[in-house]
Order: sequence, then C-alpha cells, then structure tokens
Amino acid sequence: MGLIQETDYGTKPSKATALVTLTIDGQSITVPEGTSIMRAAAEMGTRIPKLCATDSLDSFGSCRLCLVEIEGRPGTPASCTTPVGQGMVVHTQNAKVAKLRKGVMELYISDHPLDCLTCSANGNCELQDAAGEVGLREVRYGYEGKNHLDAEKDVSNPYFQFDPSKCIVCSRCVRACEEIQGTFALTIDGSGFNSKVSAGINEDFFDSECVSCGACVQACPTATLMEKSVIEVGQPEHSEVTTCAYCGVGCTFKAEMRGEEVVRLVPYKDGKANHGHSCVKGRFAWGYATHKDRITKPMIREKITDPWREVSWEEAISYAANKFKQIQAEHGKDSIGGITSSRCTNEETYLVQKLIRAGFGNNNVDTCARVCHSPTGYGLVNTYGTSAGTQDFDSVDEADVILVIGANPTDGHPVFASHMKKRLREGAKLIVADPRRIDLVRSPHVEAAHHLALRPGTNVALVNALAHTVIEEGLADEDFIRERCDWDEFAEWAAFIMRKENSPEATEAHTGVPAAELRAAARLYANARNAAIYYGLGVTEHSQGTSTVIAIANLAMATGNVGRPGVGVNPLRGQNNVQGSCDMGSFPHEFPGYRHVSDNTARRILEMDWGVSLSNEPGLRIPNMIDAAMDGTFLGLYIQGEDIVQSDPDTKHMVAGLSAMKCVVVQDLFLNETADYAHVFLPGCSFLEKDGTFTNAERRIQRVRKVMAPKNGYADWEVTVMLAKAMGMTMDYSHPSEIMDEVARTTPSFAGVSYEALDKLGSIQWPCNEKAPTGTPVMHIDGFVRGRGRFIISDYVPTDEKAGPRFPLLLTTGRILSQYNVGAQTRRTDNVAWHGEDVLEIHPFDAEQRGVKDGGWVKLASRAGETSLRAKITDRVAPGVVYTTFHHPLTQANVITTDYSDWATNCPEYKVTAVQVSLSNGPTEWQTEYQAHSEQARRIAPPVAAE
Amino acid sequence: MTTQWDTSRAAGIISKYLPLEGPMLPILHALQEEFGFLSDEAIRLVAQTLNVSRAEVYGVVSFYHDFRQEPPGRHVLKICRAEACQSMGSEANAQKLLETLGLDWGDTTPDGRLTVEPVYCLGLCACAPSAMLDDELHARLDAQGLQALAGEVI
Repeated sequence: MGLIQETDYGTKPSKATALVTLTIDGQSITVPEGTSIMRAAAEMGTRIPKLCATDSLDSFGSCRLCLVEIEGRPGTPASCTTPVGQGMVVHTQNAKVAKLRKGVMELYISDHPLDCLTCSANGNCELQDAAGEVGLREVRYGYEGKNHLDAEKDVSNPYFQFDPSKCIVCSRCVRACEEIQGTFALTIDGSGFNSKVSAGINEDFFDSECVSCGACVQACPTATLMEKSVIEVGQPEHSEVTTCAYCGVGCTFKAEMRGEEVVRLVPYKDGKANHGHSCVKGRFAWGYATHKDRITKPMIREKITDPWREVSWEEAISYAANKFKQIQAEHGKDSIGGITSSRCTNEETYLVQKLIRAGFGNNNVDTCARVCHSPTGYGLVNTYGTSAGTQDFDSVDEADVILVIGANPTDGHPVFASHMKKRLREGAKLIVADPRRIDLVRSPHVEAAHHLALRPGTNVALVNALAHTVIEEGLADEDFIRERCDWDEFAEWAAFIMRKENSPEATEAHTGVPAAELRAAARLYANARNAAIYYGLGVTEHSQGTSTVIAIANLAMATGNVGRPGVGVNPLRGQNNVQGSCDMGSFPHEFPGYRHVSDNTARRILEMDWGVSLSNEPGLRIPNMIDAAMDGTFLGLYIQGEDIVQSDPDTKHMVAGLSAMKCVVVQDLFLNETADYAHVFLPGCSFLEKDGTFTNAERRIQRVRKVMAPKNGYADWEVTVMLAKAMGMTMDYSHPSEIMDEVARTTPSFAGVSYEALDKLGSIQWPCNEKAPTGTPVMHIDGFVRGRGRFIISDYVPTDEKAGPRFPLLLTTGRILSQYNVGAQTRRTDNVAWHGEDVLEIHPFDAEQRGVKDGGWVKLASRAGETSLRAKITDRVAPGVVYTTFHHPLTQANVITTDYSDWATNCPEYKVTAVQVSLSNGPTEWQTEYQAHSEQARRIAPPVAAE
Repeated sequence: MTTQWDTSRAAGIISKYLPLEGPMLPILHALQEEFGFLSDEAIRLVAQTLNVSRAEVYGVVSFYHDFRQEPPGRHVLKICRAEACQSMGSEANAQKLLETLGLDWGDTTPDGRLTVEPVYCLGLCACAPSAMLDDELHARLDAQGLQALAGEVI
C-alpha cells in the first residue's frame, strides 16, 4: 500500500482520430492530432517542467517553464500550448531551455517563502518539484526585494485556507473554478507585480460566490490553497480508491490516509461519474464518521420510555431475535418486517431483504426509495422495460437541448451540474420546469432559454401540453415510433394527447405557464438533434408522480429521443445507493433485479439458492406497515440506516405507528429521530469502514473500500448476518464479494458482475451479462428492453391538496448544497457554517401581506400540523408558493406534509402542501415537546459497576 | 464629477451598451463617467446584468488602471511615468509634487480637491514630460510647471 499516484499529462487528451508522428528527444512517438507537445512527451514518460499546466484544465501558457526547442522553428515555444506536427523534431532538454527555465524559476523563488520544511505541502509540492527539475541552486536576485511574503491568510472557509504569500499566480485555481466547477468565483485582482488571486470583489472565500467544491484546492500546485486537515495532520502516506456516500452521482475519491486517520478525500481523475471533480459534501464533509455523537455500543431497552442500556453484541442480537420470534409466534409470520437503506451497500441491502424474505418468511421489506424514486421504477418499467435512467452522465456532452424538470442539480447533484453547465457553456440550450427560480435558470454563463415556472402539483398537465404541441405541430419522430414502438398504442395515446384539455392554452389555467412560452419550449425540445430530459424528486414526489414519469417517457419516445448518446430520460437519483437498493430487491413486490415475487422462474432460482420456500405475495409498504401497526397487526421492524421519522411524511402518524410496535430495531451511526422509538439500537458503520459497492444514478456499480476498522466492531452486513443467524437462518459469508457473487448467480442483469471485474474495469453499468460483458452505458440502443416502447395514457388529475381560504399558499420542499437529506451526517460537519437551520422562502408580496420580516420567525401550518422557522424573503419563489428544506430535525418540515401519495407507488406528495404562514415568536408547542421527548428518549443509563 | 449611486440610472446606462458585442468595457467606462468610480454596487449590477460572476467584473476593473474603485477628488491629475517622460525627469518632478501635497500615487488630498494618478504614456513623448489635468493635456512640464498646474485646482 502507498499513495496512489495519478499521472498529470499537463494538458487534456485530444479527441481527434487522425494521428501524427513526431520525434521527441530522439524518440519517435505517434499521438492524435491536436495533442500538445507536453502531453505527447508525458505519454512517452518524459516530464517537461511545468507549473501552470495540469491535464484537468485547458492549456494557458503563462508560467514559461515548459519551453522547448523545435527544429526549424524560431524561439522556444511553450510545450503546453504548442500542438504536435507531423515530422516535428522536439528537444525538451538542452542547454538553452535549461538556462531559460532556471531563470524563470529564480524569479518565482525570489518571491516565495523558503519555509519548505515547515510547509504543509512539503513532499507534495509542484513548485518544489519544478525547482528540483530545473536544478535551481541559487537565486541571484536575493530575497530582499519587494515581495508578497507578508500577505495575509484567508482562513474563512472551514475546510481550506488561502495563503497568498505562497501563491505563484499561475491561475490554476481561477481556471478550475471556471472550467471545472463553472462558478467563476475567483479572479486575478490587479496586474503585474500586484496581481493576486481574489475571491469575488476581493472578499473572503466564505463570503464570495465560492461553493467550496475544492476544485481550486485540487488544482493548486503549491500550499497556497490547502486543506486544513493536511495542515493539521500532515501529508498522507497511503490511499484507497472508494465511492462517495452522499448523492446519486457517485463520485470516486481517493481516501488519503495516515494510518487509520483520514487526511483528506481527493476526487479521482479516473472516476467515470465525476472525472476528478467533487462537491463540498463529498470532498470535505466526512468528519461525521468520527463525530462524538457516534454510537459504537449496542443498546437495548424494554420500553421506549426507559433509558438505553449498553449491552454486548450477543445480548443485543439475541434480544432482538427473540423479540421478533416471539411476535411472530403470537401474531403470525407477517407481523414483522424491515426497511433497507439507500445509504448502505448493495451487499448489505441484499442481505436485509434476504433476511426478511427467507428468514422472516414474508415480503415485508421496503426502502426509502418509497419516498423518492418509486414512481421512476414503476413508470420506466412499464414504458421502456427498465427501472433506471437510460443514459450515462457523459451522454450530456452530446445533448443539444436539456430539459430539467423538478430537479435542482446545482444543489442536489452538484458534480453532475458542473458537467451539465460545461455543456451549456458550449452552447446547448436549456429548458427548466420548476416552480422556483433555481440557480440553473440564470447564473454566471448559464441561462435557460425557457423557465416554465409552473404551479406545484401540475407537472402532468405541463408535460402533456409539451407532447400536445409536438403532435399538433407535426414534430413527432414517426420513423422512430414506427420502428421502436407499438403504432396502435401510439395512435391511441396521440388521440388522447390531442384532446383540447391537454393543449397549452387549456393547461395554462392549471400550470400558470403561458401557452406561447410552453409551445416555444416544446418546439425547442422536439427540433433538437439530441434532446435529453433530467428530472428529480420534483417529478416523483406527487400524487401523480408515476403519471409524470410516464408522460416524460411518452414525450421522449414521441420525439425519438431515446436509445443513443445525448438523449434519454434521466432520473437524478437522490442517494448514493438508491438505484442499488432498488436493484437489490428492496421493494415488497420485487426480488433483486425487478422480478415480481409472483414470477415463478425468479422465485425458483432464489429458493434453490437460498434453500427455503418464498412467499409469492407482495409484502407491506412503509405506509402500510405503519397503518398495520396502528391496527395491532404489525409489531416488529428492523430498520437499517434510515430515519423514517424525519424523512417520511406526516410525522405524527409515523410516531404513533412506531410507538405501537413491540420491537423496533434501529441500525444507524447516530441516535436518530427514529431511534427515539426503538427498543434495540445496533451501531452502524460509515462507508469508510467497510467493503462493498454502491450503484449510482447511471446504473454504475462502483467499489466502496474499507480504509479503517469499524468503530462499532462490525460492518453493517456482518450485523445482519448475526441477526439472521440468531433468527435461525444459515448465512455464511466471509467477505462482501461473496454476497455479490450470489447476486450475480441469481440475477440475470448482474450476471457478469464480480469484485474481480470491478477491480479490472473500475466500474460496471448494469445490465452486465453475456450480451454486455463490460456493462451498458446507454440503454435501449437497438430497441427497448421490454420489446416495443409503450405509450401509456397519462391523464392529469389535479391533486386533492389545494390551496384554499384556510391554507392559501402552496409549500414545496427541496435541498440545499451544503446539507444532505435529514442532515444526520452533514449537520455533524462544518457544513453547518453555510446552512445552520432550515428557513422558509417566501415571496415579498406574500410576506408583506402577512407582515413577515426577513429573518423573523413564522409559523407554518397545514391540515397535518404546524411548525415554526425563520423566513427568508426572496423572489426565487413565485407569489403563492413557499419553499423550505428538511435538513434539520428541529424544523420538522414533515410535520406539515400530508399523507397524500402517488396513486401507483405511495410515494408521498412532499412537493405540494397547502399551508398558511403567520407571525410567530419561536418554536411551536409541538417542536418544544418533541425536543423534550428526544432528550428524554436518548438518555443512556450509566454503566452498572461490575461488583 | 462624482454623482450619487442610483441603481435605476445605472441600469439605464448599462442597457444602452448591452447590444454591443463584448459590452463590459464600454459599460464600465460609462458608469465611471457617470458616477466617478466603480463601486461594489456597480460591479454587482454589471455582473448581474451580463450574467457573469462579480469576480469576473472585479478582475476587469482591477486590471485596468483607468478604472477607479474609490471616488476621486474633484480634479484628477495624471502624470506620465512612461519611458520618454522618465528620461526627461518626470519621476523627480512627480515625487516632488507628491511630497509637497503629502500624497502617494493614487491618493486624494484631504480636502477632496485633487487626485494624483500615474499614467503610462499620453502620446506626447515629443514634448515630454507630460500630464493630464482632468481631460486637458499639458506638455513640457518641469517641476515648477507641474506644481503650478496642480496649484490651479487646489
């Protein structure tokens, strides 16, 4: 083990196919046309000294260190900006360039502190390396001249510092912020000797437009921009490649370590989802793994009003197993169930559903995807045949028109947003359909051609109207439809969509989107060479979530935008492994690989492998479990890594259901909100402490690698194995790779997946089998997976949740960049510096009517409940719409949300709640009581003395 | 020369130049002409309107010496420090003036009457040393002449 070293080729690879042969230092080399001399040299193993060049950025040619001589050409051109030419003869090292380089280096070092031994970059500094390479031995100018050594440090960012005294003004940070992240937060202030890197208008990094993605820190060749963790701990000594455990983008990182201590997480250039980029969460917010709130000892209690009692693993496991067995004995085998986690690995999720199906003997397994992308699964299976997005992320590079519906990528999926913004800066056109003016609508260098600011809850009407325009104006792709879809089904659908109520002029009354604007957007989408749709929870979390997914699938088929790079229907999945948890059979009606429990062939395969008989009846969904608990028929629940009290709708009902159960087992890192109602707490472990795989939003299976021992003693999959054994099941695995082998042998779409293949290929996009041995980046290329693409009628049915006299405003919820979901992790990191509490966004008009002041407390009430939080007055939301996030337990945003849910999948209608906003002095009675109850429920009894 | 910041007037000025290709420099010149300098508010408004980051606008403003980020005095004296003028003694003349006024380059007299700024060539090399007071050019300025020129406005 050592540090993984990535070669920096200095400039980006050329995409040209034509080849050019040249001679560098007497050696002949052939490279694609357009390659820089620097890169060609690097490819044959010759490092030309450089400072301003790095292969993640366009070449710049400012440091003048990479000069070379080319025979027959005057002067000494920079090798980073000079492309190779046929027959060129290049000398990268001779007396002339050596002298020039040394001279340049002398100038750099004459204004650079000579504190290498105490510098945080010592041992990993490109300036130090370059000085060594050019053989710098003295600085003739001395160090007494005018310099920048007293320049003040900026330590305002919680995770990195900016020390301008060490800066060589190579502009790598400025360029990284522009080219990679697309935020443009940095610039060079002044000119000549006075040039210095500046954030915003000479502001602190923290107060500037900086989003703390870390790209500048990554790009800096010196210690000017440096992680505070490296300054504190020192340079790492070994690293492992692993996958981020936050969102569905699935960024690959190198976990750089000193022993068992994480020094930093650095995005990995070879990562196929992130290509070396990161966001503030994955890059910096990993400190929760060692947070003092982490529970590392198992605990039990007889009643949820008792304090917790720390016990041994054996006692906790056997207590839980006995309780479960007892409940089943008294109330039947269907009286218990479990919930898998989209935060855990594929292998762990697979084991939990196996425990429930094979051990509990029922199909009462559900997952948090219930509350996010279950409509995606249902909608896309029925139209296309696969419960997943159609494209890989790189497909966006080929898109000419991008339609974003109900997703806020810059906050929810920031690394993919940067990728998308790059394509938009190259000229792709953007349509945003969102009630709120998200950053993508207009932010530096990105501007939507159309912002369809629809009223919450009217997605189906909007998408139908887009399709109506396509058909009415003759923009459909008839060839595609005839070749790929069922023409009769299409004709039936077209007749439906042509109905007057689906015309933009008619839907305007529901959506509030002007018909002319909507028609223009439809034409833009339909006429594009390649048009791609990206959508998020703003589509799924509605009473008509499934209908919208179907409507989207129809629109893409009708315009022929499926089955090649640059197009497709792309759900931006929320959690790191929500795709994987669904793939692994977390739904009550589906075995791994989306095979229905009533599918005899599939059930037979599993029964053979597992050696038990399985139920062919779908089990209970989360809301059914809670309802059944209230009826006294469902009394035991095993929850791995999900906080249903905070994340699921209608908190009061959820709490009542859990309180009615006899044995709730929670496995988590922290005593979360749900654990307040649990009888057994099994400490979980973080992604840094276990092996496994996550599957991201593009169906990419990637390795998670253990870099430290589990703080709680066991990886989460080992805990499930112990529980299964205590329940009387046989479960023998010595490593998660064996679990994946089992998945592969029992699930056709995973047949070719193994840890060996993953190590070899880096990652695999399922389906991976005999037909696609290295996986499938883009789906439905030669035809839809289900055979013929199916048009399904998607009627718009307005939600019952309507604004009225008592609750005149519509609340919609979402996320913010620095926090993640229920915040269990990010709230335990310095990310709270950006977002310390949830706030209610309200339009100035609605605020004025109610006397609401910016920053003042307001009460937010719906028919389900009420809560208080601070207001933020902004015209990002339209009049009549208010918005908040659900990252903080104190806010309890889900006390407000109702029990309405998607007709097909029960996915809750988080995105529309009729509310009223009024002035308030502070937290409501419910919040105060809840807080008091939480404190009470989290007491841990002092250990009893041994004698 | 300096007038009070007025967002709607500034927006009006910006919109006049928006149709130009690469409108940022003409906009910045026009705003400075109107308000005397480019405040943070001006930078933010230009960034917002052009849909670029405020860092980018600040980078441009700080790069060009001609753009001012502080209100200038009622009068501005630009003294040439380029090669021809230097060879004719402009540097010593300028130092003397600055000493007399107790100012450094770019400073304004405490009474707000005069700002002294460097300039690098006014195109009057044949009759160096030269300077410009407000918009009027002055050539063949010896130390006394420079003092007298400044004296006209303070």
